[in-house]
Amino acid sequence: MADTPRIDIEHVAKLARLALTPEEKAVFGSQLAGILQRVEALGRVDVNGVEPSAHAAAVNNVWREDAARAGLPVADALRNAPAQRDHMVVVPKVVE
Amino acid sequence: MAVPLHFQSLAELAECLAKREISSVELTRAVIARTEAVEPSVRAFNSRDAADALAQAEASDARRASGQSRGPLEGIPIGLKDVIAVKDQPLTASSRMLADFISPYDGTVTTRLRGAGAVLWGRLNCDEFAMGSSTENSAFHPTSNPWDLTRVPGGSSGGSSAALAAGEAIATLGSDTGGSIRQPAALCGVVGLKPTYGLVSRFGLVAYASSLDQIGPMTRTVEDAAILLGAIAGHDERDSTSLRTEIPDYRAELAGRRGPWRIGIPREYFGAGLDPEVAAAVERAVEHYRGLGCEVRPVSLPHTEHCLDTYYIIATAEASSNLARYDGIRYGHRSTKAKDIVDLYFQSRAEGFGAEVKRRIILGTYVLSSGYYDAFYLRAQKVRTLIRRDFLNAFRDVDVLLTPTSPIPAFKLGEKSDPLAMYLCDIYTIGVNLAGLPAISVPCGFTGAGLPVGFQLIGRPLAEADLLSAANAYDQVHAWGRKTPRL
Amino acid sequence: MKDVNSESSSVSSVSTASSSPSAARYEAVIGLEVHVQIKAASKVFAAVGTGYGHEPNTLTDPVVLALPGALPVMNKAALDAIIKAGLLLGCRISPVCKWDRKNYFYPDSPKNYQISQYDLPVCLGGEVEIELPGTARNVMGEHKRIPLTRIHLEEDVGKLSHGTIDSLVDYNRAGTPLMEIVSEPALHSAEEAYAYLTSLRASMIYGGISDCDMEKGQLRCDANISIRPVGEQRLGTKVELKNLNSISFVRDGIAHEIRRQIALVERGGVITQETRDYDGMTGTSQSLRSKEEAHDYRYFPDPDLMPVAVDEAWKDRIRATCPELPFDKQRRFLEQYQLPYTLTSVLVWDRALADYFEQAAGLCGKPQAAGNWIVNDLLRELGNAKTTLAECRVTPRHLAELVKLVDAGMLITASAREVFAEMFATGEEPGVIADRRGLRNAPSDGGELEQWCRDAITANPKALAEFKAGKDSAINAFKGPVMKAAKGKANPKAVDETLRRLLAVS
Repeated sequence: MADTPRIDIEHVAKLARLALTPEEKAVFGSQLAGILQRVEALGRVDVNGVEPSAHAAAVNNVWREDAARAGLPVADALRNAPAQRDHMVVVPKVVE
Repeated sequence: MAVPLHFQSLAELAECLAKREISSVELTRAVIARTEAVEPSVRAFNSRDAADALAQAEASDARRASGQSRGPLEGIPIGLKDVIAVKDQPLTASSRMLADFISPYDGTVTTRLRGAGAVLWGRLNCDEFAMGSSTENSAFHPTSNPWDLTRVPGGSSGGSSAALAAGEAIATLGSDTGGSIRQPAALCGVVGLKPTYGLVSRFGLVAYASSLDQIGPMTRTVEDAAILLGAIAGHDERDSTSLRTEIPDYRAELAGRRGPWRIGIPREYFGAGLDPEVAAAVERAVEHYRGLGCEVRPVSLPHTEHCLDTYYIIATAEASSNLARYDGIRYGHRSTKAKDIVDLYFQSRAEGFGAEVKRRIILGTYVLSSGYYDAFYLRAQKVRTLIRRDFLNAFRDVDVLLTPTSPIPAFKLGEKSDPLAMYLCDIYTIGVNLAGLPAISVPCGFTGAGLPVGFQLIGRPLAEADLLSAANAYDQVHAWGRKTPRL
Repeated sequence: MKDVNSESSSVSSVSTASSSPSAARYEAVIGLEVHVQIKAASKVFAAVGTGYGHEPNTLTDPVVLALPGALPVMNKAALDAIIKAGLLLGCRISPVCKWDRKNYFYPDSPKNYQISQYDLPVCLGGEVEIELPGTARNVMGEHKRIPLTRIHLEEDVGKLSHGTIDSLVDYNRAGTPLMEIVSEPALHSAEEAYAYLTSLRASMIYGGISDCDMEKGQLRCDANISIRPVGEQRLGTKVELKNLNSISFVRDGIAHEIRRQIALVERGGVITQETRDYDGMTGTSQSLRSKEEAHDYRYFPDPDLMPVAVDEAWKDRIRATCPELPFDKQRRFLEQYQLPYTLTSVLVWDRALADYFEQAAGLCGKPQAAGNWIVNDLLRELGNAKTTLAECRVTPRHLAELVKLVDAGMLITASAREVFAEMFATGEEPGVIADRRGLRNAPSDGGELEQWCRDAITANPKALAEFKAGKDSAINAFKGPVMKAAKGKANPKAVDETLRRLLAVS
């Protein structure tokens, strides 16, 4: 495990698309530092040859056949949209 | 004095309804009336729709009248945690982000409850996005513990446990990612079951940590939990993690499976931090099983000390990604202060999420970020394998494990401001989620101050029938969940 | 098929245009990332329909819109399709693959993560065979095999349309099964890239995996381009070229980018790593706003989806449905049917046309004649009528019958063309048309023909003498009068045979 990991809170908040106030940055920064310090204990566990578990139980090949069911009516699809026009969701102009 | 309708067990009410001694409308009215009376002090609900519930009750009575009863849940008012989708009803996850969201679809458990004739009643409060152990992280209001209104009901399914304990529903559904059904059940003196991961469909459950989340019943008795689990369990093609397995008649199995069970006591679950009154109550439960002729033996789960760390890495990593969809674009809170499209994400999410959610998103984003993945996330996944192995090893020698559910009874509202202190509330419950096992919290008495205590039984994967039978062997004698608080 | 001709001719024009003196000192290195939409009834993780041109937001469900509580479930057909693509292109099919979340925020991405494959894709390795333009139209060009890195399965995103003050999002496309086919940086010219895409597209269409209609976004291409001095081993700084939305634009865009980089370096400039947007209409490119931060997609295994294990039996089932690819077919046509290269290079690029040819050739036993009719007459008529082979009323059997009538001397070529035209319009049997229009030759063994031939020989002693003296072409002098007497309906072959028989004894 890396030496005393520190969260670059601004960078991480940017990745997570969260605007944080200076107070939040300070509070979260110290709280998360405490948590990370605790979590460092995991670095001492011997995990040699241990397979990671992405799921609680390993089951392969779960799928469905290629058939379409009725989807949502447009009104339901856009029922909760904060802004819509011409049956589409309106967002501030996206500049590529 | 006869027990009022709203405090009767699901099994009793099912019988009364079947014998036409009461109607679903009468029962539903009683539950609504009780709710109106106590809700100002308990505040278990985020929203409720009495007219809709009564319409469902009428439909249920009509079915019964025409001989179309759908079984033991027919006409029974059941409350759902506000993280389970109910068509045309709010689905808020107790978040400002979803304050105005109306679900255009039913989750699978919702569909199954409708199919079983249940009356869906209310949207129950919880910690925001099911993140917390006290329900204080709800964006709307905290919920009080019916046994002491100055205390928390536990969490995150605190609305579900409080409503049940207060007589505002006959049974409820909660969701459990690290203990969120079992801990509030223990703190409110009711039964709470977290099924084997994959037994109950997650389709329609607002995701917190996908590989850990399970929906489960919260009830007054173990028998009720068996009935409700039977209605919601089973394979669902809309959830890829749903298991293909035969669903037994859990209620019938209660009588069919008798012990004695070999009961393992994991020594790591009785260490520092365990409240002595809780320890004593749990010890009395162990004595009960000894009295039934059960073999009780100590076992060890050596990686227990790493459960909490493993959990907070895996759960927050998954959450950081699961909660990315809440951006105010297609639905949910959209900031009016954003200066452009990029800023819209930052502001909407900053305004829409509460502190605990932000904290977990940041932690989860961090542990997945470039350069840290192997050290945190990958390592936690490996330790998760070891934790599951611990449990499966223990089950070679014992049938069930018995532990306290929560190290402490209900604490005061506002008492735990340090997130790490709050996280420690889940210390006995999260290993079960990491291992994907079934576990049930059974009420086992009260502290001197009158606060409920629960013990936890943990079973083998998919051994719900055995687990419920073992739990019932205690519960049918003591029935602590039938005690009612003075409100 | 008109496409193939016009495209191949423009290839050669570009290749000559791009050879400037300075260009010879540099080598371009190009890798292509091609996204191909898989043809399927439902989306890759949602059981709702797919399609192009539908009313906005009519192909959604809770999963597509990423509503709270929605969960993905894999579409088996999408897996079958990518395994087929992998087998067609000679990839290794991973025994186990899994799904990862690629986390990034964008308005067209409903979950703000894309379900994709990071370290365990379905297909690894493989290659795309290409043919470069030959020295002439009738000469086969050089073949190369372009190695692939991988092919993985992912989900497509929604579609944004931009207004003046805001943008609109339509999620119909979101969740459409999408393959990303990544080549090694092993292409060295715009022509190679063009040939690569042409071949890849044909293979996908052949396999029924995708229609690859670029106008509908079913095939999209990004190119990573760098240059280096000839002989240099290290790769230069690469520029990513986006929005190459037709195969011609891919070729033109890459050619333009190579010229731009060479010119820049020649001027002493330095190439910066960037993404550029190529405008095919104006033939110019411009740098897209540079990314403020390096991407950190935070890939991790999707806990909502289970891994996929592909065993031999599954692969065998798919392998049984794999068609012969165009270049393999071409090699077979050249050998089995002894067709000229030019015919094969038209026939093999369209699976239906090649099948049509094989049926017709099999029925009439005259492959080259059948091939000629298809490439010259059928394609011309289809082009004129702006219709497709699928709608064509001339069946392979009709065509074979026509070839047989000509071959048996029942129809002369000019008459056969008339019959073909009518057959194309009506779908009638060629024999019926010939009879109705009186185009069928009189029986060639009738006494009339022999009499006409005797008369013609008697009337032209000079030609008779020349023929006897060994001038074979002198026979033609008799044919005109015979045809005249037969009012043009004599079978030339029969005329020739009869004349020779009579001349031999004259």
